[in-house]
Amino acid sequence: MKIPSSIWTLLIGIVLTLASLWYGQNHGLLPAAATDEAVLVDGLFNAMMIVSTGIFLLVEGILIYSAFKYRRRAGDNEDGPPVEGNVPLEILWTAIPAIIVIGISVYSFDVYNEIGGFDPHAIHEAPINQESMKMPGHGSAMAATLSDTPGSSEPNLNQEKSDEAMQDPATAKVRNADQIPQLRNAPGVGSVAPTIGESPDREGKPAQLQVNVTGLQYAWIFTYPETGITTGEMHVPIGREVEINMTANDVIHAFWVPEFRLKQDAIPGRQSNIRFTPKKAGDYVLICAELCGPYHGAMRAPVVVESEEAFDKWMQEQLVASKETLNQAVAVNPANLSPNDFLAPYTKDMGIKPEILHQVHH
Amino acid sequence: MTQAQLQETANIPALLEEPGVRKWQDFFGFQTDHKVIGIQYLVTSFIFYCIGGVMADLVRTELRTPEVDFVTPEVYNSLFTLHATIMIFLWIVPAGAGFANYLIPLMIGAKDMAFPRLNAVAFWMIPPAGVLLIASLVVGDAPDAGWTSYPPLSLVTGQVGEGIWIMSVLLLGTSSILGSINFLVTLIKMRIPSMDIHKMPLFCWAMFATSSLVLVSTPVLAAGLILLSFDLIAGTTFFNPTGGGDPVVYQHMFWFYSHPAVYIMILPFFGAISEIIPIHSRKPIFGYKAIAYSSLAISFLGLIVWAHHMFTSGIPGWLRMFFMITTMIIAVPTGIKIFSWLATMWGGKIRLNSAMLFAIGFVGTFVIGGISGVMLAAVPFDIHVHDTYFVVAHLHYVLFGGSVLGIFAAIYHWFPKMTGRMVNEFWGKVHFALTIVGLNMTFLPMHKLGLMGMNRRIAQYDPKFTTLNEICTYGSYILAISTFPFIINAIWSWLYGEKAGNNPWRALTLEWMTTSPPAIENFDRTPVLATGPYDYGLERANEGVPLSDPNPILSGGPNSVLRAEPDPAVAANPEDRK
Repeated sequence: MKIPSSIWTLLIGIVLTLASLWYGQNHGLLPAAATDEAVLVDGLFNAMMIVSTGIFLLVEGILIYSAFKYRRRAGDNEDGPPVEGNVPLEILWTAIPAIIVIGISVYSFDVYNEIGGFDPHAIHEAPINQESMKMPGHGSAMAATLSDTPGSSEPNLNQEKSDEAMQDPATAKVRNADQIPQLRNAPGVGSVAPTIGESPDREGKPAQLQVNVTGLQYAWIFTYPETGITTGEMHVPIGREVEINMTANDVIHAFWVPEFRLKQDAIPGRQSNIRFTPKKAGDYVLICAELCGPYHGAMRAPVVVESEEAFDKWMQEQLVASKETLNQAVAVNPANLSPNDFLAPYTKDMGIKPEILHQVHH
Repeated sequence: MTQAQLQETANIPALLEEPGVRKWQDFFGFQTDHKVIGIQYLVTSFIFYCIGGVMADLVRTELRTPEVDFVTPEVYNSLFTLHATIMIFLWIVPAGAGFANYLIPLMIGAKDMAFPRLNAVAFWMIPPAGVLLIASLVVGDAPDAGWTSYPPLSLVTGQVGEGIWIMSVLLLGTSSILGSINFLVTLIKMRIPSMDIHKMPLFCWAMFATSSLVLVSTPVLAAGLILLSFDLIAGTTFFNPTGGGDPVVYQHMFWFYSHPAVYIMILPFFGAISEIIPIHSRKPIFGYKAIAYSSLAISFLGLIVWAHHMFTSGIPGWLRMFFMITTMIIAVPTGIKIFSWLATMWGGKIRLNSAMLFAIGFVGTFVIGGISGVMLAAVPFDIHVHDTYFVVAHLHYVLFGGSVLGIFAAIYHWFPKMTGRMVNEFWGKVHFALTIVGLNMTFLPMHKLGLMGMNRRIAQYDPKFTTLNEICTYGSYILAISTFPFIINAIWSWLYGEKAGNNPWRALTLEWMTTSPPAIENFDRTPVLATGPYDYGLERANEGVPLSDPNPILSGGPNSVLRAEPDPAVAANPEDRK
């Protein structure tokens, strides 16, 4: 029995669609999804995989079919049928990809908006002033975007802690610190809007937990501004929205936890932040994703997502351990310092002696 | 004699006993003949391909195990930096320029390029730039900040190496700009009068689009690099945050060239594939105008997609959306080309020789790179995979599966024209098989590596990725081996291969209407356009100007468009000889 070609086309189309639908859901290419945001991103990826599998099978199928079916037989020197074009067909295959990419764009936009990325005004409101040199401490989570937020007079804990870490002889060797001139006190030139901010349903609300993150060759340093804890590993509780405020001390680094599906460059002289809600307990790894030097591959830090209770317990342990350093940090409040004392750490590096400063002031 | 054969005989130079014969020394000197320069470009860039390939294999050897055990991390970073720089600036871009040099004047019936000496100058900037770059390895301070050379990292690693890198890339960029000016002027001013713009072969269209893109984008890279060199050498702080500079500005300037560079690298081979597929399928190209204009569309859209490389580096949300949409849209003209090639093959009489196999391989692998490109344009997904092996896989599918397979297809296709001899088909097919296996084995697993969490540019990685990395590494060895049949085949066939005749493919574009290899000034007199470039299987005998006209070029009117009838006495296909 001869089956008409239109039925063949239909059958192939159905098989192709089913195969694409199946593979798009069962590709097993992504690691576990550990945040609410990751689930949304995975949905987008699966949808793109469905479409991609379909296009891949279609194009490769036609290509291989043509190469076998229409190959020249020996001795056949005829030309093929001179089909030069077909306007409806060309319009069709222009329109279909156009519709597909517009569809993916709309879906991507939706996901991007859901995870809190889209804020058309954010960058315009970013203040460029002295305050932005400091990490947004406690207080408003939106410090980076609200120019009227009063500046914190707290010292920049992150900066101090990372300076301390830089002195650690165990790691100083791999870090070739002395070759990096802008390592200390890298000034900010402004701040970046939240790159993944709050999701629309949480608009205007501060994040429930703040973590300041500093990247430096080749380590990550985490500070919890509410408590002043500084650690080398990040703990976050399930279900609480976390805001990461990040900057870098020396070169560009990038904050990436594959299971969170989030990545953001930490740029010296800038601050950037992302917000997310952890969802799945587990031990993950924070990876630096931007080339930062020869030991870039070793720049990793543990990230623990755990229950609220476990997180609070961990926090208490850290508080006991870091109480002394915290006291020291609070003692250095610039408001209580004379200009000489305040400027001393900055001028020391520049080779300016305190006596000269003293003369300048009098 | 058929009309097309008449056209050939009419156009073949009669003056020379042995047309196109040159002394081998000519290829090592300052020559102004576009064909010599074209071959100089191709051979030089191929040598750099081999050097860059060795570096890639060293990188992969390091990555066979999770630990750093083969080279030091500093050397590792230098290796991948040089690998990328060499492959982009010294292999793919000059190879495209090499084909353009060789083919454009022949295809449009000109005697040479518009500015022959400028042409030679453009070529002779490349060897010193390449030697300079590789010399940085010898002086022991090779650039190791990645081919993107992002400050502040590039400012704090080795100063000498970084300076050399900037200098070398500036030289190569200058060469590329000079070449592009030449191509544009040649294409606009030197076409034979009877060749209107819609009778131009598609390779010429592609080079028109490429050259325009080079002229707009390359100066921006040059500006960025010059500012970077000021930061590096003179202590300015354009990009240095300690002095109030902004490293993100460098990224904007860098990618304003370096994303279009992808199209600079792929468009010429889109053009070459558009030549090869209709000839070897014996069918007119499907949708000539659609393919021609899609090249221009890609060239324009290519200028407004650069920021998709910076989705994670802190640009405003709305800007990410803008660049997401422009990046997605560029898939449409690319898709038009792919579907048109498929339609050209459909129902044809496909000669599965090496050139056509590489062309099919090009389409097949480029599709994978194109699909992952659309995925990468989606901002939320790009945030996850940016700077991972998923990107490495994507760019190699585009640049190896696209550009490099395109280069090989073009070499196999035009080899008879350049040398007057046929390549050995058997070894060509061996080359193809090894390349396709090696390519997919090396780059396919990288998609999964990136998605699972392996970032790029690292010498040590999580041991859970070991198996996939081993597969990639062995694949890269197969790719290295695949080059040998090609090198030996090319040299042997050039010297001893079977004589090709002037037009072994029975092609209709003008470059085949002269001797192989072509004489010094290509054609004796202004050639006659008797057919359109892709009129395979068409009968339009009565429309045109008779070729017996003693002064055909003056007759004007519509060109006759005729078909090449096979002569039953001669086996018309090279494959049927013997």
